[in-house]
Amino acid sequence: MAVAWEPIRMIEALRRVRREAATYRGLWSWIATVDHKRIGIMYGVAAFAFFLAGGIEALLIRLQLARPGGDVVSPEVYNQLFTMHGTTMIFLVVMPLASAFFNLVVPLQIGARDVAFPRLNAFSFWVFLVGALFLHSSILAGGAPNAGWFGYAPLTELPYNPGHGIDFWALGLQIVGISSMASAFNFIVTILNLRAPGMTLFRMPVFTWMTLVTSFLIILAMPVIAVALFQLEFDRLFGANFFNPTKGGTPLLWQHLFWIFGHPEVYILILPAMGIVSEVLPTFSQKPLFGYPFVIFSGIAIAFMSFGVWAHHMYTTGLGPVANSAFGVGTILIAVPTGVKIFNWLATLWGGNVSLRTPLLFAVGFVAMFVIGGLTGVTHSMVPSDYQQQDTYYVVAHFHQVLFGGALFALFAGVYYWFPKFSGRLLDEKLGQLHFWLMLIGFNLTFQPMMILGMLGMPRRIYTYPEGMGWDQWNLLATSGAFVIALSVLVFMVNVVRSLRRAERAGADPWDGRTLEWSIPSPPPPYNFARIPVVRARDDFWHRKYMEDAQGRPVPVVAGGSGEVESGAPEEEIHMPSPSFFPLITAIGFPIIATGFVFAEYAVVAAGAVVLLYGLYGWALEPATE
Amino acid sequence: MRLADLRGASSRARPVEEEAHSAFQPSMADYVRVAVALAAVTSMEVAIYYIEALQGALVELFLFLSSIKFMLVVMWYMHLRFDSRLFSFLFAFGLVMAIGVFVATLATMKAGLL
Amino acid sequence: MADHAHAAGVHLETATGLDNRKLLMWVFLASEALFFGSLIATYLLYRGQSQTGPYPSDVFDIPFTSVSSFILLMSSTTMALAVGSAHRGHLHQMRTWLLVTALLGMSFLAGQAFEFTEFYNKGLTLSVNLFGSTFYVLTGFHGAHVSVGVLILASLWAMAMRGKLGKANAIYVELAGLYWHFVDIVWIVIFTLVYLLEPL
Repeated sequence: MAVAWEPIRMIEALRRVRREAATYRGLWSWIATVDHKRIGIMYGVAAFAFFLAGGIEALLIRLQLARPGGDVVSPEVYNQLFTMHGTTMIFLVVMPLASAFFNLVVPLQIGARDVAFPRLNAFSFWVFLVGALFLHSSILAGGAPNAGWFGYAPLTELPYNPGHGIDFWALGLQIVGISSMASAFNFIVTILNLRAPGMTLFRMPVFTWMTLVTSFLIILAMPVIAVALFQLEFDRLFGANFFNPTKGGTPLLWQHLFWIFGHPEVYILILPAMGIVSEVLPTFSQKPLFGYPFVIFSGIAIAFMSFGVWAHHMYTTGLGPVANSAFGVGTILIAVPTGVKIFNWLATLWGGNVSLRTPLLFAVGFVAMFVIGGLTGVTHSMVPSDYQQQDTYYVVAHFHQVLFGGALFALFAGVYYWFPKFSGRLLDEKLGQLHFWLMLIGFNLTFQPMMILGMLGMPRRIYTYPEGMGWDQWNLLATSGAFVIALSVLVFMVNVVRSLRRAERAGADPWDGRTLEWSIPSPPPPYNFARIPVVRARDDFWHRKYMEDAQGRPVPVVAGGSGEVESGAPEEEIHMPSPSFFPLITAIGFPIIATGFVFAEYAVVAAGAVVLLYGLYGWALEPATE
Repeated sequence: MRLADLRGASSRARPVEEEAHSAFQPSMADYVRVAVALAAVTSMEVAIYYIEALQGALVELFLFLSSIKFMLVVMWYMHLRFDSRLFSFLFAFGLVMAIGVFVATLATMKAGLL
Repeated sequence: MADHAHAAGVHLETATGLDNRKLLMWVFLASEALFFGSLIATYLLYRGQSQTGPYPSDVFDIPFTSVSSFILLMSSTTMALAVGSAHRGHLHQMRTWLLVTALLGMSFLAGQAFEFTEFYNKGLTLSVNLFGSTFYVLTGFHGAHVSVGVLILASLWAMAMRGKLGKANAIYVELAGLYWHFVDIVWIVIFTLVYLLEPL
């Protein structure tokens, strides 16, 4: 009998630690936390660690390609490097960095005390972390995945790729996908349901809007890649024929399913970045966002259209002229709402009282780099032109222009912008500016030569090239640029460490902000708002601080107005959700199950399932608040 | 568009707790009536399957009959007839996206749909 | 069950007036439409493309599958009755209907297990042809969903038997119901597209 009661005793022990964890001190309080701000910080730190890993992979790739006939790494390792670099940067860096901001900022921007499902939120983070570690553990199990980030079949099929790398890749992405889905469900409900009184949809800050749109993209696109990955694993582990041409299967099915997910995924990566920029530009121009509804509706339009353009990745597979034309026209059209956004950002800056602080520099850098990325994208939409560019470095240059020059610049803008809110300290401005200029120069030095390399016909994913192709100096230039980028990241890290140690206190509202997160102390208390705000306007906090004079210029409201940062203890006791260990326990079940499948050890699968069920039942039976 | 308006009735003042009870619930007899309708449609499907004369129109008939079953379950058992229109919107959104994307995929891959 | 704003004492009412958990469930079901859409599209793409048998006409037993489909369909009725009883506070009825629904779901699963065994004995394996791959994975994922549903229903029934599921948390029965009905309508689609339209 004693054995039978063991789980119950464990639950009780967990409850005790859980109550201690509610004090917000010590390691356990982080492991058991359900506080959206702490989860956001953990997302950010983990994503940055993977950013360093992916960056080192990139540096190795560039070292290998610096000279013709390079021999820094072997061809086999090279394949693993570019696969892990792409997979890491997309799924383990840009997506979780965006998640970090969803977590940190969205509840504050809508005037909520947490997300709708705090434990589900912790679960999202832990599943992301264990999934990412599982993916990386392939390195210890005989080799990382090596078929590129889009893993085209039949290269990923067992006869052509017999190691375990692809299994780790497919199941790792599956696990990370669960995290994205859980987080997207949570933020949809949070944004629709937890808005403060008066926060109508069209008073919501643009970043919150883009979070909502991105979450919808995730819940619609992720299931498709989930099915494709399942099919791939059924092929590999159980001998199914989904992508097996010898039994009549077509590898094109993989391409379709992958890009039905993959193109919306591009917008999953970029829409949060657009949201951040739409917050930063107005704040540092001291003007409201120009054309707010246009920016919102453009975001929605982009999201919709992103589901109708996937086959532009597949022009050269022989879709036929009708399909090629249809997808080409769709792709050209998606540039329209994107262009609308660009013009609205420019108009926001126009005539504004612009202060050139680091967040603004990164935001403006985003706009400039993204325009180049977007325009090169339009050149891909033209089918005949794309036939020439397919699989060349021009494509590599294009998507780095969008995802690095675009998404990552905007995410750094977000880091500089919101760092003081959550650390209570400002990042050093001089080092920030140095970081920006080094990164901008390094970025252009790396990727503009790749545009030319593509035009000169250099294919992507070759591990080396002979002399005399006319590629040598451009490759050397790109490699040197990559090291400038690395230097800029070092500057950033120094800045963060120094600022956390001894920078000046930020205060609640260092940038003269417009949205609700600036109306509470930095860092915010666990309950965020002592009193739930009542929202009367778009950019509510700004309107509490400023009136307009006859010329429409902002005039500060006389002291004693409602624009003061709220302080002091809340009037009544606030019951926050209790910490919980079950999200982590549940999450740990997934990699155990996946490991069992990779090595066909079904006892391990069963053990993982037990952990998963234990976590789920513990979670379900544990009261959310104690 | 205010989401609160989507419910039909204004709900802000009313605690959520009450909602489930005050909402327009179908009666238990309604559920049984729907079950009878579902059984009737199913028996029609089985009959059609064996009637030689109808073999030419099988696709149309089956798609029509099964969409009746689908709608009966969604509208009555899943309460979309009585619940917030936001729920209907969300679910229809998912369905439309799924059907649109995959019909386009199959057309692109030149698969005869049926 | 799931944590929510009520328990957190965060918001006494939501901005839309809708329950957080119910909203989550509907968004989840919208997402599931894409999941099953991908599987069904794959089945349709490879329909009639198998290079070797067994072909669908060699293995399908329409009368048998019609019966098990009807069982699943009727389990939606009993589920709806369970939800109705829960909201009205008729706990005894609710327990009965929950149990009946779970048992009907298990009958469906037993039918599926029998069907899979039969097909396997007739030579239809996962790897023999495209039909085997697409059929087993599509209906298998549906069966996995039914299994999860049965587990949820059994858990709710166990809670109800211990007196821990009353009118106040009827929402959990309702959520389980939404999931269960969804799994049922997916089967309506699968049964039509995969079985009934097979002769074409």
